[in-house]
Amino acid sequence: MFGILRTLWLTFLHMGHRRVTVGYPEHKPPLPPRYRGRIILSRDPDGMERCVACNLCAVACPVDCISLQKAEQDGRWYPDYFRINFSRCIFCGMCEEACPTYAIQLIPDFEMSEYLRPNLVYEKEDLLISGTGKYPDYSFFRVAGVKIPGKDKGEAEREAPPVDIHTLLP
Amino acid sequence: MSDLPFILFSLVAACAALMVVTRAVPVHALLYLVVLLLSLAGVFQALGAPFAAMLEIIIYAGAVMVLFVFVVMMLNLGRTDRDRERHWMAPGIWIGPAILSCLLLAALCITLRAMPPTAAPDTLVSIGPQAVGIMLYGPYVLSVELASFLLLAGLVSAFHIGRNIRGTGAATGEA
Amino acid sequence: MTAPMPVIIGVTLAVLLGLATFLTWFERRLLGLWQDRYGPNRVGPGGILQAVADGIKILFKQDWIPPFADRGVFVLAPAIGMMTVLLSFGVVPVTAFWSIAGNLNVGLLFVLAMMGMGVYGVVLAGWASNSKYALLGGMRAAAQMISYEVFMGLSVLGVVMQTGSFTMRDIVLAQSGLWFIVPQVLGCVVFTLAGVAETHRLPFDLPEGENELGAGFHTEYSGMKFGMFFLAEYAGVVLISALLVTLYLGGWQGPLLPPALWFGLKTGALVCLFILLRAALPRPRYDQLMALGWKILLPLSLLNIAATGAILLLHAPG
Ligand code: SF4
Ligand code: SF4
Repeated sequence: MFGILRTLWLTFLHMGHRRVTVGYPEHKPPLPPRYRGRIILSRDPDGMERCVACNLCAVACPVDCISLQKAEQDGRWYPDYFRINFSRCIFCGMCEEACPTYAIQLIPDFEMSEYLRPNLVYEKEDLLISGTGKYPDYSFFRVAGVKIPGKDKGEAEREAPPVDIHTLLP
Repeated sequence: MSDLPFILFSLVAACAALMVVTRAVPVHALLYLVVLLLSLAGVFQALGAPFAAMLEIIIYAGAVMVLFVFVVMMLNLGRTDRDRERHWMAPGIWIGPAILSCLLLAALCITLRAMPPTAAPDTLVSIGPQAVGIMLYGPYVLSVELASFLLLAGLVSAFHIGRNIRGTGAATGEA
Repeated sequence: MTAPMPVIIGVTLAVLLGLATFLTWFERRLLGLWQDRYGPNRVGPGGILQAVADGIKILFKQDWIPPFADRGVFVLAPAIGMMTVLLSFGVVPVTAFWSIAGNLNVGLLFVLAMMGMGVYGVVLAGWASNSKYALLGGMRAAAQMISYEVFMGLSVLGVVMQTGSFTMRDIVLAQSGLWFIVPQVLGCVVFTLAGVAETHRLPFDLPEGENELGAGFHTEYSGMKFGMFFLAEYAGVVLISALLVTLYLGGWQGPLLPPALWFGLKTGALVCLFILLRAALPRPRYDQLMALGWKILLPLSLLNIAATGAILLLHAPG
């Protein structure tokens, strides 16, 4: 009985409390930097596409909304097309976790409503940004041992030169 | 034409009564019964007994009939019951009682005719709740007491039937 | 000073329906306030036109009668619910001169009778929908409302005993010295609780019970028929508040301000209290509801009657 009255009184006092919700379109709620929103594809510090079309994100995606096709140029792999169907995406961030090159990233932006469902299918042009996203210094090809123009085998960071198998000398 | 409300209410009551017996769906019959009770309350009101009219609505239309509806809802009657009910409506079944009732009505009319007409009061006096109360606890106190005995007996037996016999599962109250 | 009857009826009806519509918005705003959020605040100033928008929406919605329903009764039920509430207002005296039948010598009984009839709206809706959830809701409503009607009737008897009349206006006039809430505080509490249960408002809204019965008795209703139930609920809230004001809070009486304003203020405050109840309290279990009624409220109201009677007898002249 007393508990009920106390509840009533406490609820009544909430009249003077600050509101926890905000009027959305006028006041945007502050989103943390790691908020999982719209997905982007980033570039490495040299301005090249980070994605190496390894398909790990597509495999990791629980709703199978990523589809891509590998292409190759001068030893670099890159996606020929890269498609995310945002009408299916659940913004779980699994793709970001799976990506070995930090190419795919989720950013704090969620305002992507469309009147037509096909408009929610984002192509690579829509996804690719010109910056590096959350990891400004990381570049996959600088640490990986692949040969690309301007960087031969064994020239990557913390990589020993390859063993010359044509000489028997130790 | 001060009789007009009375006549209207009585007409509605009679029609509703007819509908009650002829409906095949029990809830519809009950609804007409409610209408019947309401029009009876109207008749009471027209006769100058508003207290009785309100009690009629509260107790009969409001409480007793709701319980009836409640029970009918619980029974979950379906189409089969409806068809059987229709079958019972066959003329062979109701014609006998109907004729006898008509005879009864005729007899009633004749006897009423034969009675010497009592002097009708010129103006209708409305008997308010206070007057009813004074009458009940004045000349009729014995019947009030008897009725309350009856109700008490009903209450006690309801308690007896509904009591929670531990372990037998005869009735399940809350723990 | 007394206005002609059609004017009174018309104005009362218009104000009532307007108020019920307005309340649908007001309640949501107030709930928002108490739950630290905004509530509907977009349409019109402060969102007040939300009620109008909802009304338009509900009018243009498809009014669907399920093929398995009992058509006649299905259509009848919401009308009963609305009618009984509106009829009850007939005997509520807003001021000494402004009431449709405030002088009816069985006024209070009339209200109780109409509440009794109001049960049919809910029960028949549950039955006519011919679906499980609606039926369960209707059955709960029947049991709940009949029980609480008993306590409601018993709780107002104290007031009737002190006044010596069922006439609403006499009851108000008898409170010119002391409001009945002081001597009849038990009755007032019981009446309030019973009122909440009668209008099946939130702490006691088991007939609707969204989380277990879909929407209870009006699961199958759509369009304006649902709107009628909705409006009837809010009109019921206003009715119970107005009755509380009339029976326990001195009706239109009060210093300085005009009587009609006093009546409105008191009623408004009580309506807010009803909304606060909804904002604060969780719904009890069904058996708890019944136990509260029969094991606590019934003895309380009987005690109230006995005590009132004893005191009246002791103070009786002669
Ligand atoms: S966020 Fe989740 S659902 Fe969306 S694309 Fe990445 S893995 Fe798939
Ligand atoms: S975005 Fe990352 S995980 Fe997906 S294909 Fe490109 S490199 Fe692989």
